Parts: sequence; structure tokens; C-alpha cells
Amino acid sequence: MTKPLLEIAGLTKDYGTGQRALDSVSFAIESPQLVGVIGSSGAGKSTLIRCINRLVEPTSGSVRLMGTDIPPLSRAGLRRMRRQIGMIFQEYNLVERLTVMQNVLTGRLGYVSFWTSLRYRYGEEEIRHAYALLDRVGLSGFENRRADALSGGQRQRVGIARALMQRPKLLLLDEPTASLDPNTSRQIMQLARGVITEEKMPALINIHDVALAQAFCDRIIGMRNGRLVFDGDPADLTRDKLADIYGGYDDNPAPIAQEEPA
Amino acid sequence: MSELSPTTSPRWRPPTIFGSHQLRTIFLVAVALYLVWSLSTLQFDSQRVLRGFVRAGDIFARMFPPDFSRSKILINGMVESIQIAIVSTVLGIIIAVPIGICAARNLAPRPVYLAARGLIVLGRTFHELIIAIFFVKMFGFGPLAGVLTLSYGSFSFVAKMLAEDIENMKMGPVEALRATGAGFLQVVWFAVMPQVLVRQIGILIYRLDSNLRHSTIIGVVGAGGIGQTLSAAFSKYDYDFACAILICIAALVALGEFSSDHIRRRLR
Repeated sequence: MTKPLLEIAGLTKDYGTGQRALDSVSFAIESPQLVGVIGSSGAGKSTLIRCINRLVEPTSGSVRLMGTDIPPLSRAGLRRMRRQIGMIFQEYNLVERLTVMQNVLTGRLGYVSFWTSLRYRYGEEEIRHAYALLDRVGLSGFENRRADALSGGQRQRVGIARALMQRPKLLLLDEPTASLDPNTSRQIMQLARGVITEEKMPALINIHDVALAQAFCDRIIGMRNGRLVFDGDPADLTRDKLADIYGGYDDNPAPIAQEEPA
Repeated sequence: MSELSPTTSPRWRPPTIFGSHQLRTIFLVAVALYLVWSLSTLQFDSQRVLRGFVRAGDIFARMFPPDFSRSKILINGMVESIQIAIVSTVLGIIIAVPIGICAARNLAPRPVYLAARGLIVLGRTFHELIIAIFFVKMFGFGPLAGVLTLSYGSFSFVAKMLAEDIENMKMGPVEALRATGAGFLQVVWFAVMPQVLVRQIGILIYRLDSNLRHSTIIGVVGAGGIGQTLSAAFSKYDYDFACAILICIAALVALGEFSSDHIRRRLR
């Protein structure tokens, strides 16, 4: 068997407060697939995704993307690694005063020098790629609109184009539909599902909506209190398994988990 | 949830920052008493105040008509003041931008942040007039001392405003750009700068405007510009010339106020 695309082993994160957000999480993604991470707020979903590209520094454990272990990388090594990992955020995180095209091109920042990026000399090939991506996400003709003039769904489409502009080898999606209405959520999930299949890359998505996760993901990982408690096919996600993950619908719910830092 | 108990008083007043309403009353009474007491100890002499009014009438009478005949000195002074204002604003900004970025808690590592903040606090400790006296002693009379003084004042003001603006920006775009592998300068240019630029330009124009006003004052202690001319005119009892200078300063400040208002409105 070949090396897994993404292999996470013993990944642990302690925040300074003594709270263990991630507790020795291990799993591997062997082939291009969309993996949904579910669990209640504070279960460690967001920490898990952020420990992969080190927006949150893991306390211990390893994260191997195509064989390279990410946690020990130097600053420069981390930069080179991050440019191959696309990320899509709940709040879109576009630069609002910049245009759609400028936002999409920020996906190339990791590949060029500061001086090159200042003058937008990304090369014809990249500009063509950017136009093609705008077309793919359904925003052709929007390139000179300012990001703050767009609707939520449109902003997330720009977010997807920006991530794809990196030509990523892995896509991380952090609650990409949680700020959108149900209809738009489905459209965005369809789009994300489509590009992940086309680009044949592995992707990890945090998602609150279990129905949406089951409809679009190839595989589901369930988290509870920082631990991995389910890993399997969406079809195997029975009522009992869901109760394991979410703690069931009892009349005596566990105390509200502490908020994770965003 | 909980029922309103019959013992709960229906009288309700908003909570105060003093903790209790009695404490607030005591505080306000104490302030009033202190004001009365300090006025009585400062020994305002009503005779002296009256004589001052009489003298003011005399000065005003000698100010009119204003004497614009020495226009060459007047224009030279004004031009020098404007130059001092512009050069010191630009110099101040050049120093302020890197220090301001270093003084933003959400961008800079802790030791850098503390050092930059310390520098800004140091810069804001003394009023520009005191700094001007110091620079005049160091470099002698003239516009060099003025430029240095106002650059120094602009630097600490602009750096502080910039740092605060950066601390209030949204971190989302910064995080997103870091996640693409962007370097520090790229993050600053593409995620921080667009978020703070409009407000900063407003602040820079405000600072240019206030440097224009300050540049007319610091001349009084010998740091060049129209203020030096004004101070000389007053000490020679040359009131009609002084009046001409004051009119020019007022016109310049009004012009600055008007144009900075205009530019700031267009930036929205």
C-alpha cells in the first residue's frame, strides 16, 4: 500500500487553561475523499482542523501530509506547506475592501515574493487560472466587484476560489455553511463536493448539520470532548452512534462545553 | 423562570458605575465643594481683572488697522510654517508606521509590542512646547528645531492611532492569508492595510492640519516659522503688525480645516 495522503497520529492540544481540546486523535486519509468531522460545540473540531495547518500550534503528535511531518517545520517550511493547504472559513474571511479578483489572487501569496505580489505580477497563467476559477464557482463577471458588496453565498464562493487558487493538495473547510441559509448551504456544499471530486484531493470539513454531512461526505469522523469516538461510513451513523457523539437527547445534558477560540 | 417575589421593590433605577447611588451623591457633592474651595484659594483679584480689560482695550485699539506693509517678512514666515508642517508630518509618518505595527498586540510578539508601546508612551510624555525648547537648545533657533519637534509629536500620535486601529480590525482575513502561506509583509499589506487605510488617511490629514496650527506656536520659543515673527512683533509692542500675522494664521488654519474636512468626507 502507498503512503496515506494525510496521516494524523496522537494529535493533542492543551490550551493554557488546562483544558484538553484534542486528546490523542489519530486517523488517516488514504485516498481522495471528503471527510466530515461532526460533534457538538467545543468537541475540538475546529482545533483539529487548525492544528493541521498550525493556525493553532499542536501540543504533541504528528500530522503528515504526503509524508512530510508538519509540526516540526521551520517558519519557511511551514509557509511552503501552508500554500499547499487550502482553507475555507465560516465567516469567509475575505478582505472586504479588496475586489473579488484581488481576494482570489491572495491565494497565490505563498508562492511569490512580497515585491511581486505588490505589483500583482503573478503571470498570465495564474490570471487565466483565476478567471477560470471564478467561472467555476459561478462568479464570472464579478472580478472587479468589491468583496463587501457580495451576499454571504457569493462571498463563500470567492473563499472557495481563493483556496483553489493555491492549487492545494488538501482542503480544510471550517464550518463553511454555518453562516448561510439552508438553501445556500446546499448549493455551497454541492460546489465544494464538486471541486473536491474534480481535483481528486482529500478534504476535511467541520460541519454542524448532520444531515448535510451524511448527504455529501464519503466518510464521517465523530468527536466528543477532544476524542475521536466515531470513524466510518455515513450510512453506519445510527441513532446510537449519534448519541455517542452528541451525548444523546437526555433531560440532564452535560454542562455547556467551553467555547473554543475561533 | 423565577417568579417576581412580592418583596421585590417595584422601584428600579439603572445601576451606576459608582457601585451605589449614595456613593455617587457623595462624589458629586465633593467635586462641587472642591471647585468652590479652589476658586477661593486662587485669590482672584477683581481689580486686577478689571485693569486687564482696560489694557486689552488699549491693545486692540493699537492693533487696528492691521499693518500688512511688511508683507515680505509675513509671507516668508507663513511659507516656513507650512514647510515645517508638511515636512514634519511626512517624517513623522515614516517613523510611525513601523512602530505602530510593532505596537499592535494582535500582530507583534510580546517583547516587540512592549518596546514599541514604551516608545510611544515616552513620546507622549511631554508636550510639544517642552520638546521644542529642548531642540532649540540643541540645534539653535530656526526651523530645524521646529521640524524635529513636530515630527516627534506626529510620530507618537500617528503610531498610537495606527496601533489601536490595527488592534480593532477583524482577525479573520489575517488568519486566512496566513493560511495561504503569505509572509508577514504580505499579511500586513493585503489583510491589515486595506482594513485600516481609510481611517488612517483621515488621521494623517488631521495631523497635518494640527501640525499647521502647532507650527505657528512653536515659533514662540524660537523654533522657526511665523510664530517666531509673531513673538518678535509682540515683544516690540508692534501690535498692528502682530494683528496682521494673527489674521494670516487664522486664515491658514481655517483653510486647513476646510480642506481636511472636504478630503475626509470624500474618503468615506
